[in-house]
Order: sequence, then C-alpha cells, then structure tokens
Amino acid sequence: MNVVVIITIVCVLLMILASYFAIKTEDLVSAVIASSVVSLMASVLFLILHAPDVAMTEAAIGAGLSTVVFLIAIRKTERFEKDEEQ
Amino acid sequence: MKKPGLKKRLRVKNIFVFLIVLYFGFQMFSVISFLDLNNVKGVAKYYLENDIKDTQSANVVTSIVVNYRGFDTLGEVTVLFLAATGLGAILSGHRKVKKQKILANTMLQYGSKPLLAIVILFGAYIFIHGHLSPGGGFQGGTVIATGFLMMLLALEGYEIKHGYVKWTESLAGLTFVTVGLIGLVLLGSFLANFLPLGKVGDLFSAGVIPIIYVAVGFKVGSELTGLLDNMMGVIE
Amino acid sequence: MKALIMNTHYIVFAGILMLMVIGLFGALTKRNLIKILIALGILDTGINLFFIAIGYVTGKTAPIFSKQGLSSGNMVDPVPQALVLTAIVIGVAVLALGLSIVIRVYEHYGTLNVSKIKKMRG
Repeated sequence: MNVVVIITIVCVLLMILASYFAIKTEDLVSAVIASSVVSLMASVLFLILHAPDVAMTEAAIGAGLSTVVFLIAIRKTERFEKDEEQ
Repeated sequence: MKKPGLKKRLRVKNIFVFLIVLYFGFQMFSVISFLDLNNVKGVAKYYLENDIKDTQSANVVTSIVVNYRGFDTLGEVTVLFLAATGLGAILSGHRKVKKQKILANTMLQYGSKPLLAIVILFGAYIFIHGHLSPGGGFQGGTVIATGFLMMLLALEGYEIKHGYVKWTESLAGLTFVTVGLIGLVLLGSFLANFLPLGKVGDLFSAGVIPIIYVAVGFKVGSELTGLLDNMMGVIE
Repeated sequence: MKALIMNTHYIVFAGILMLMVIGLFGALTKRNLIKILIALGILDTGINLFFIAIGYVTGKTAPIFSKQGLSSGNMVDPVPQALVLTAIVIGVAVLALGLSIVIRVYEHYGTLNVSKIKKMRG
C-alpha cells in the first residue's frame, strides 16, 4: 500500500468525523473548531489532488479567517444552542 | 443531577430529510460515471499547450485567472467589494471598543510589531511571484489581512487608520481597470497583454500579469482588513 | 497497483459526497442561526473539493512549469482550479456578511432560534 493512499483515506475519514461532530454538538465554539479541522483536512486533500494554489488559499482562508469571523459573531451572541421543545 | 424533561427526541421529520438528502448524494455519485477521468480535453487542453506561447508565465492557473479569464476576476473583485461594503453598512452605528479585561502576554505585545513587518513582506512575496510559483493575489492578500488581525488581537487599543485602507483599496481597483482600458486602447480588447513578454522564469516576464496580480493582492488584503476591523469594532 | 489508485479516486469521491450530505442536512434541519451558517460553510468546502476532484487525472502532476523541460501532456486539468480559487474567497466574504446580519438579528429579537423568531415577527 502506498503512503499517499493511506494519508488520503485517513484525511477523508477525519473530515467526515469532524463534520458530523460539528453538526451534532451543542457548544458553538466546539462546532467552529471542528469546522476548521474540516478545512485543514480539505487543504491536505487539495495538495494530494495536485492543486497547490487552491491548497494555499484554503489553508489561509478556511483555517484562519473563517474561524475568526465565526468566533467574533459568537462572542456577541450566545455560546450554547438551546434546543427547546415547544 | 440530570434535569428532567431535557431529552433529545429523534424527530421523524429529520429522518425523512436525511433520506432525501442521501438520495441526492447517490444521484450525484452516478454523475461521475459520465465523466472522462483519464485525459484532459477541450478548452483545458488548449490552455495547457499554448500557455508558454501566449504568455510566458510558468504558472498555468495564474495565466488562466488573469489573462484568459481576466474579466471573471474583475467580477469576483466586485463581489468582494460589495460584500465588504454591505458589512460596513449593516454594522454601522454605535461603535465603541471596550477595554480588554485580560491583557495579552508581554512577549506578544512587544514581538508583534516586528512580526507585522515580516508578515507583510511574506504576503508581498507571495503575490509578486504569482506567475512563477504557486501563489497569487488572493493568497498574498489573505496573509496580509492575517497579519493585521494579529495586531488587533495582541495590542490593546490598536486602531487601523481608515484613510489608508480606503485609499489603498480604491487605488488598487483603479489600477486594475486602468490596465484593462490601456489594453483596450492599444490592442483592441479589454485586458489584453500589451507589455513585452520576456522569458519564462524571469521576474519581469509575462507582460501585464504581475501588475494585475499585485493590484488584486493589495485590494483583497485591504478589503479583508477592513472587514475584520468592522466586525471587531462593535464589541460591547 | 493501478486498480488500487483508481479505487482511491472513488473513495475520495464518496467521502466528498458524504461531506456535502452532512452539510446540507445540517442546513435544512438545525434551528440555531449560527449552526445553520456553519453547516453552509461545510457544504461550501465540500462543493469546492468536488470540483477539484473532477479535474484530477490519474498519474499526472500539478499544472506549473517549474522546470525547463516539463511537457504539458503530463498535467491535471487547470480550469477547475482557477474557478475554485475565486469561489473560496467569495465564500468567506458572503459568510461574513451573513454573520453581520445574524448579529443585528440577535440585537433586535434577543434570541437566535428560528422558530421563536418566526413567532415573534417584529
């Protein structure tokens, strides 16, 4: 088995697990950090698919600016998602 | 002690929605069997073969973004400008920045100013060499905006002068459109390549592509900096 | 070995489609406004990945003439990369615009729950 194949499968699995955790959890800060893990794994996958420009852009924007913008918005609103039944 | 009555029920509607979305996923997977995943055809083949001949730029993606599809980049820069302006308009009004309760580490306060110079230099390196190695205006602009974000977080009461950001953004956008108009006057089509092309691999090669990418890099960097400054400035 | 690499391409496709399914499901089902925007961001990442994965050709390399003698027949498709480059930047700008609207909604209504806002209405 090639090393690249192992890294690809690990990245895809981590991406799916992190996105599932980001949707399911109630703490919004944990969800934002999980979505930045999704962006990081996507950046590595872009590099494996031979697209270095796009990998650089996704690493700079997805794992940097997007997370900060979400955290600023959470700071001004509520942190926990209250799922109340009616 | 568990609070009573706080159970999460598995709603029937959620399961139904999940099955529909899963069906959508399967249909998208069957689209893949129509694609030819083994050779490059059509427009992409023309771009790959004639890139060195038309523009002497080593990075094919850069020459597609700036030269072959330069008008789409102008549209993208316009959308970015609209989003940043809209954000400034929505978050206008009471803007007061409260004092930080916990100051940053002393090493961070003293070390972030030289680091800002290095980060801006790195960002400028990325978008100046956009036609020679992977990189370009968008990546370099984002790196510059990240440097200013570090200054906003590390120092207390750091203010970005709005005059500089506004003028940099406007002048960069004006440079882009002016270069396109000069191409229209000299060669007959908007954003045509009118400077001498040079040799592949030199810094001053590929005609008008480095100039446009430097303008795009400055514009994206100053826009994202203004966006971050608008969002952080209303902290109550 | 070739069969394994071909299967890897399909594994990557299946993983990306699962990411899009999870993002779309979260955007349709959740009630909190910020959680909906996080799910839309994940859906956006999945769509960009799908584009680049379509443009990948097995066994070829990145579309940059880094050395003197590289031939252009050995490169992957460069057009999806140019399209995705602008799509990522626009995605984050529109997400920031949406978050500014969410901040204003919270200041006006006091809650971020979509069902409660629909009941309040003004």
